[in-house]
Amino acid sequence: MKKAIYYLNQFFGQIGGEEKADYRPDIQEGVFGPGMLLKNWLEPDIEVTHTVVCGDNYFGSKKDEAVEIILDLLENKTFDVFIAGPAFMAGRYGFACGEICKAVKETFNVPVLTSMNVENPAVEMYRKDIYIFSGGRSAATMRKDVPTMADFITRLLAGEETLSAREEGYFPMGIRGETFVKPPKMGADRAVEMLLQKLNDDEYETEIPIPKIDKVPIAPPLADLNKETVALVTSGGIVPEGNPDGIQSASATKWGKYDITGQGELKAGEWETIHAGFDPSAANENPNVVVPLDAMRHFENEGKIGRLYHFLYTTVGTGTSQAEASRMGNEIANELLEANVSAIVLTST
Amino acid sequence: MQMANIVTIAKTVGANRIVQTVSIPHPLGDPNLTEEEQWNLRRHRVGVALDGLMQEIEEPSIFDVTI
Repeated sequence: MKKAIYYLNQFFGQIGGEEKADYRPDIQEGVFGPGMLLKNWLEPDIEVTHTVVCGDNYFGSKKDEAVEIILDLLENKTFDVFIAGPAFMAGRYGFACGEICKAVKETFNVPVLTSMNVENPAVEMYRKDIYIFSGGRSAATMRKDVPTMADFITRLLAGEETLSAREEGYFPMGIRGETFVKPPKMGADRAVEMLLQKLNDDEYETEIPIPKIDKVPIAPPLADLNKETVALVTSGGIVPEGNPDGIQSASATKWGKYDITGQGELKAGEWETIHAGFDPSAANENPNVVVPLDAMRHFENEGKIGRLYHFLYTTVGTGTSQAEASRMGNEIANELLEANVSAIVLTST
Repeated sequence: MQMANIVTIAKTVGANRIVQTVSIPHPLGDPNLTEEEQWNLRRHRVGVALDGLMQEIEEPSIFDVTI
């Protein structure tokens, strides 16, 4: 029987929620949480022997250390495949799944797999290195996402033929393979067909997709920062106490702007975070750790910047779709441009 | 200028000038440090971010911090 090792974060590994997000990686025999589901789908061909659990913040903040510890934990284990997640739309968890899968593949030369939603930034970061199956937005799709991975792993380890990324359901790794169309049709016929479809403005599908890269042009440096207006923007959910605009704590579609005229710092009790993606205790105790108004005032008084813009812009960046994030970013940027703001400091959590 | 903890994510989503923060729940502070140490850390990293706005860069860059 082949052997699999499974990776989970502190939440799915049943250690705890955000308060345990600093949990140091460890390994245990057997399966937990979604591991039960995976185990059921992999049996009887593959046994999930161990589960590695690591806190999302531990992995995010101490990546090199986390990878090293986990590789050490795996050193004396025998396994044929390494599986992580699904991470859905969770950014930190997706990053951890992608990074550890890549490291395990490079070190132990075994197949590695994970599953994430297309909106997870880690898809773009790791899809060329590892199998990332296209999963749902939240744990509600666990029962669909885990069997998809399990079915693929079973066939892969059995040495059976696997199909293209699209047919299997993972994100294209950018590998081009030679294949025959079924039923057979000559290349010239396919090319002419495609050309006719294109000329008729019909939908057609290229056989050689060219990836689109969404690059942001680099802004030129500011020569005289001491004459410029700089604004503070955050995705850390810092709002006036009571959240007057009702910005959502996750999957935000709203942003707010708040007057900070005359305030030297963000006072606890007057400002709070409504972000549901991290333990808020440090931010609520001192909101300046998320939005450094005190430090910006310091540099304003010192003359390093001309002026700090009198509005703070806020939204929440957890579970927020890329489409909503782009729209909100554009709206905020347009307001700031109209107000002659030359630069922003964007803090994210 | 983006101040972010997981700088590779910031890079992937298109940020070009990046300064690394301390952690996700407290990007520019650390409850394990004294108030003064936290202030020094925050002032230093925000200072690096402002300096970065004045620097010419050819590609997405992460500016080094020392505290």
